[in-house]
Amino acid sequence: MSASSAFNDDKGGSSSVGEAEYAYDPVSGKIFSSDYNRHDDLKEMLDSNKDSLKLEAMKRIVAMIARGKNASDLFPAVVKNVACKNIEVKKLVYVYLVRYAEEQQDLALLSISTFQRGLKDPNQLIRASALRVLSSIRVTIIVPIMMLAIKEAASDMSPYVRKTAAHAIPKLYSLDPEQKDQLIEVIEKLLADKTTLVAGSVVMAFEEVCPERIDLIHKNYRKLCNLLIDVEEWGQVVIINMLTRYARTQFLNPNINESLLEEGSGGDKTFYGSDEDEDEDDDEKEKEKKAEAAAMAKRKPYVMDPDHRLLLRNTKPLLQSRNAAVVMAVAQLYFHLAPKAEVGVIAKALVRLLRSHSEVQFVVLQNVATMTIKRRGMFEPYLKSFYIRSTDPTQIKVLKLEVLTNLANETNISTILREFQTYIKSMDKDFVAATIQAIGRCATNIGEVRDTCLNGLVQLLSNRDELVVAESVVVIKKLLQMQPEKHSDIIKHMAKLTDNIQVPMARASILWLIGEYCEHVPKIAPDVLRKMAKSFTNEEDIVKLQIINLAAKLYLTNSKQTKLLTQYVLNLAKYDQNYDIRDRARFIRQLIVPTEKSGALSKYAKKLFLALKPAPVLESPFKDRDHFQLGSLSHLLNAKAGGYQELPDWPEAAPDPSVRNVEVPEWTKCSSREKRKEKKVEKPFYSDSEGESGPTESADSESDSATASDSRSGSEESGSGSESESEEDSESEEEEEEKKSKKKELKKPVQESESEQSSEEEDRKPEKKSKQQKSDSESESDEDEESESESSPSESEDSESEAEVKKKKKVAESKPPSKPVKKEKKEMSLLDLDDFEPAPSPQVTPVNTLLSNSLVTDLEGLSLSDSVLSPATIAPSSALKNYELLHRITGEGLTVEYCFSRQPFSPDANMVAVQLQFTNNSSSDTKSLHMEDVKLQSGMRVKEFPEIELLPAGETASAVMGIDFCDSTQAANFQLCTHTKKFFVSIQPPVGELMRTVFLTENEFKKEQGQLMGMNEITEKLTLDARCRNEHAIVQRVTAAANLSRVPCGSDKECRFAGRTVTSSSLVLVTVATREEGAAQLTVNCEKMVIGTMLVKDILLALTQ
Amino acid sequence: MIHSLFLINASGDIFLEKHWKSVVSRSVCDYFFEAQERATEPENVPPVISTPHHYLISVLRHRIYFVAVIQSEVPPLFVIEFLHRVVDTFQDYFGVCTEAAIKDNVVVVYELLEEMLDNGFPLATESNILKELIKPPTILRTMVNTITGSTNVGEQLPTGQLSVVPWRRTGVKYTNNEAYFDVVEEIDAIIDKSGSTITAEIQGVIDACVKLTGMPDLTLSFMNPRLLDDVSFHPCVRFKRWEAERILSFIPPDGNFRLLSYHVSSQNLVAIPVYVKHNITFREGSSQGRFDLTLGPKQTMGKAVESVLVSSQLPRGVLNANLNPSQGTYTFDPVTKLLTWDVGKINPQKLPSLKGTMNLQAGASKPDENPTINIQFKIQQMAISGLKVNRLDMYGEKYKPFKGIKYMTKAGKFQVRT
Repeated sequence: MSASSAFNDDKGGSSSVGEAEYAYDPVSGKIFSSDYNRHDDLKEMLDSNKDSLKLEAMKRIVAMIARGKNASDLFPAVVKNVACKNIEVKKLVYVYLVRYAEEQQDLALLSISTFQRGLKDPNQLIRASALRVLSSIRVTIIVPIMMLAIKEAASDMSPYVRKTAAHAIPKLYSLDPEQKDQLIEVIEKLLADKTTLVAGSVVMAFEEVCPERIDLIHKNYRKLCNLLIDVEEWGQVVIINMLTRYARTQFLNPNINESLLEEGSGGDKTFYGSDEDEDEDDDEKEKEKKAEAAAMAKRKPYVMDPDHRLLLRNTKPLLQSRNAAVVMAVAQLYFHLAPKAEVGVIAKALVRLLRSHSEVQFVVLQNVATMTIKRRGMFEPYLKSFYIRSTDPTQIKVLKLEVLTNLANETNISTILREFQTYIKSMDKDFVAATIQAIGRCATNIGEVRDTCLNGLVQLLSNRDELVVAESVVVIKKLLQMQPEKHSDIIKHMAKLTDNIQVPMARASILWLIGEYCEHVPKIAPDVLRKMAKSFTNEEDIVKLQIINLAAKLYLTNSKQTKLLTQYVLNLAKYDQNYDIRDRARFIRQLIVPTEKSGALSKYAKKLFLALKPAPVLESPFKDRDHFQLGSLSHLLNAKAGGYQELPDWPEAAPDPSVRNVEVPEWTKCSSREKRKEKKVEKPFYSDSEGESGPTESADSESDSATASDSRSGSEESGSGSESESEEDSESEEEEEEKKSKKKELKKPVQESESEQSSEEEDRKPEKKSKQQKSDSESESDEDEESESESSPSESEDSESEAEVKKKKKVAESKPPSKPVKKEKKEMSLLDLDDFEPAPSPQVTPVNTLLSNSLVTDLEGLSLSDSVLSPATIAPSSALKNYELLHRITGEGLTVEYCFSRQPFSPDANMVAVQLQFTNNSSSDTKSLHMEDVKLQSGMRVKEFPEIELLPAGETASAVMGIDFCDSTQAANFQLCTHTKKFFVSIQPPVGELMRTVFLTENEFKKEQGQLMGMNEITEKLTLDARCRNEHAIVQRVTAAANLSRVPCGSDKECRFAGRTVTSSSLVLVTVATREEGAAQLTVNCEKMVIGTMLVKDILLALTQ
Repeated sequence: MIHSLFLINASGDIFLEKHWKSVVSRSVCDYFFEAQERATEPENVPPVISTPHHYLISVLRHRIYFVAVIQSEVPPLFVIEFLHRVVDTFQDYFGVCTEAAIKDNVVVVYELLEEMLDNGFPLATESNILKELIKPPTILRTMVNTITGSTNVGEQLPTGQLSVVPWRRTGVKYTNNEAYFDVVEEIDAIIDKSGSTITAEIQGVIDACVKLTGMPDLTLSFMNPRLLDDVSFHPCVRFKRWEAERILSFIPPDGNFRLLSYHVSSQNLVAIPVYVKHNITFREGSSQGRFDLTLGPKQTMGKAVESVLVSSQLPRGVLNANLNPSQGTYTFDPVTKLLTWDVGKINPQKLPSLKGTMNLQAGASKPDENPTINIQFKIQQMAISGLKVNRLDMYGEKYKPFKGIKYMTKAGKFQVRT
């Protein structure tokens, strides 16, 4: 160590972590103050402006964390560096932040803005890493921010960011399980993702958040099956396990027609499995045929669902994976899902895993042990692979023994027993004991070798090692119970052993044997009892119980010789320390010794004690373990682990297979399975190898593009409703399109091809054409240009590198380069039609659209009611909600109510007007009503109402005060004073009152909305209350909930509202889009996210109740 | 998934901890220590331990326990495989995976662990990607970093994670383009007391060291591919091509990797290259035992058997051994009772032997077990199964690479029962 310290000194700063570690260790142990000092100098280093010093400090801090030392007091100093330029410092700060944020929630919030900025970075890797860290900070306050970030990232154009979003889902879920519903929506969206990068992670999220929502898988089932081989290995494991469960609920048991008697035929079936290396495909087909033929032969033909077959076929190549977890996952899938004839293929792969690390062996052997009970034939050819080496760890040896025992049958028992003989000589005594047990089990299972085994075991009785002898006795006892009459000499032999054997279990076994079969050894038995009575007090409890037992049995059969002995033993037992033994003695005395009081039972004592006992069944501990999903932790522990999902039983009748149909004709229609498989398997390799030329390649991209174009045309159809709305501004239009396309994940094929070579571009031209054709055929109208213009934003948006190529392509397609202009024109003409054909709703008055911005603001200043200008915005004054400020009783007769009048507060435009209504219910007058001692959060201001000099009894007065809430829903606390009393009161505004109405035209609205995307946009799905399904009701409820004005809109499917927050004049835009059956979508765009979030809640409440 | 990771050394100290979710107190390891105490041998600690609130899954490598803390259902192999991958990565980075190496590079270790798991789910385990993210420490780099103040965290962002060939870095450049393949076969065998083979099988691997510029596409074909019974591939190998043509076609990762591991079909008889004549006896009543061991070559196809190492666990009753090797050196550890004999090369003219007596505890009865003998050896330039590479071709790049194939046979778990 000292040498290394010197070395560190030589190297200087960067590697002095090691140095710091033990240079300081002893010090910190001794002197507390120096520990404190150390942190001081770290703080200093972190505050310096040299990156190298910061890095050095961070390295030392991370080393502290790694050793489990508490470094939380450095939090403020560290968190400052979160925006440091140096990448390594930044990374280490992240490490620190994620570790300690939970403990220092408030300070952690300081870092949030950095990540929020990172979320908008043009570089996908920075976006991803920002999301990763943000979601790893376990601070509950930022749940809404995380939710927004995840939603945003889930529709990011980069698959890597989407993958990170999928990773973030379980993090958020564990932080706040109440977000489940929203998260499920995101999962649903990501499950539809077609990239391999995302698939594994989203299934992982699915498993953690909503494994019960099996319905989400239907549409994605085939896609997952097809992508599986290209997913990274960890994702494969998760997907395969999930699909196993899925298949169990959706398909029929393939072995439904096989009777239990066929178990034995497993042997020759595996023969196919082991032989298949010649030509696997042919073989597989053959097997398939055979399986089918076999099924056909049965009365009730079983036809495998093609989707079931798809799963089996696509997972099979993964048995060749280098990752043991993947191999195991496929093995369990085959074990649980495949027809018996096909399960054999997994044996070879599992045996291969036995070459791996001992921990892997341990797990694999456990699973093999379970499998061998059900399907013995499968592993028989590999018997020798389970032979035990002296160097194996004991736990492996015992498991191998288990497997060997399960595999034993008439033909191989002799070799197995010969193996066992060598094992018995092993130095590892636990293993020897297990071997003896195994011999016992072989003997019970296979009748022919029972005598041989018994003889062998009897020989072991003379072994020098006591453990071996004891174990043999126990096993022999079990074996003898099967045919006791033949083996009285063995019993005699064992009786002699009582002098030597000290192991309690063995002594107990011998005593039991002698008692049970005392008729076979009538001379010896009483003698044994005599010896035992002598040593009774020194025996272990189980032995004592057996001595009592033996005494009782002898008393019943041979009372002449043993009466006194029995009495003696029972007397000893009466005063034993153990209450079990005392109880037993009392019980037996009553039962066997006839007294005048003894009941009717003593007559039956003999029958009770000497009844014929059934021979014990020696069973494998692995029996029936297969009700746990193999390969799972629960299976290994043989106990349900937390979060374990039961493997469901096969359904009686297959659920509707059509749920898995996706609106993609290619997948369902593709008849040639083999071809499909080939395509899928080869895809990842060929797509990147430039050297390969392309029939497969083009086929591939074609299928891809077909699916893409399909979903695209689908999206067009579904989107047509909203498209028919007026869209005058091309800019916002484009944004909207972009959003839409993002949602539908249209850019996915483009994204994929990003990394592909330019040769690929050639292929894409016909592709493009096919896209057009598709959209032509599927959308009724002549939307040729539109579909083109639509695809362009999505394409140009995400392929920086491709932009040039694309341009060329466009030229090739003889499109004028001034495309945007053309597009704009197109849209204008479209708008003309769409906007004015459906009768505009009555609210859209010409006045509104003609109003210039300035005029609106001018008018706003006037306290004229809005109703004159725009009838839609009025909230009927009756809708103004009154809140109670002071109750009659607490106010001693004075009642004060307030409401938010929604009028501009003339003295200060940044204040919210609050109208107070005072009622004097008392019998005396109240004088000089005023307010005092206003307590406010920083930044808030209050304009007090003018003092009310006199409020006579029974009278009512009103006053207006202004409060600047600073756009927060913090309460304003103050004292309301009369000439005699002071009352503490507080006014807390609903978020809807923190804004004032503004007038926007539809175009302005869209433009503003376009600028408030992303984090500033919150979308909620809701079901409208039955009473508010018409437009009018919606308007009324929304305007009642928040002080917003209606924005005129051409469509009656959408209601838009606009407002500005009172203090900061940030825009608040609300859109309620209704669908059929009361479904609706609420979108709030607001720069102030807190306001937005709260507003969503309020409006949601208003619309659903 | 994986909540936390604790590294525990042979003496039972937790010397590194890392948490991916909420912090789990290190007291959870007490359950592990209990299990460790119960187990007689270090490798007998159960890999999966259930505690009231957590499950501990551990692997033991290089005398370090890697203990992962799990909170809910997860396939145990998933965790075990991942932990081994972590160890492999450490080995790859630091050359050795020892406590000292980990402590010296604790920051790099932490950075690696941070990248490898996100919220307990594996993120980047491919060594090529990791090396792009975090440069492995070398003496040169440490020096440079010290002087220039630069870091060993990759400045550019890892594009590999996004590519379709995640295992290969982009923009690889070498002046000498070379591709080496080592075909290494191991014989696992159990030999009977009488010298007859109880079980023998051959497992092989092809390890590659590929340093080629650009994006080469390689194909490797065998003279006798039928020998291969069961194979498992590096993810880069195109499975379909192998199925159809029995040709390995792949875009290689950069640097060292295991291309293929295989099992030679059991129908083929396995040639056993060495034989052992042994005579180990203990006499009743005397406190002495005889030890007599002779090694000889057999079926080696004319190649020399090298690096022979014999080891045997003698019975507990043996106090000491007094032996005389005809060549090489032997050691006997009286505590563990492990006898090792470093033989070296076997000379067919003068067979190596080890003869002498063993002293038993006075008064102890004759041990009834006989020790098994484990043998290690190497044979260069031969694959015992007879597997031969036919040719290696490169597509996709213009230059001519230097290609090399090496064959070797080793003893795997080669045991002789006495």
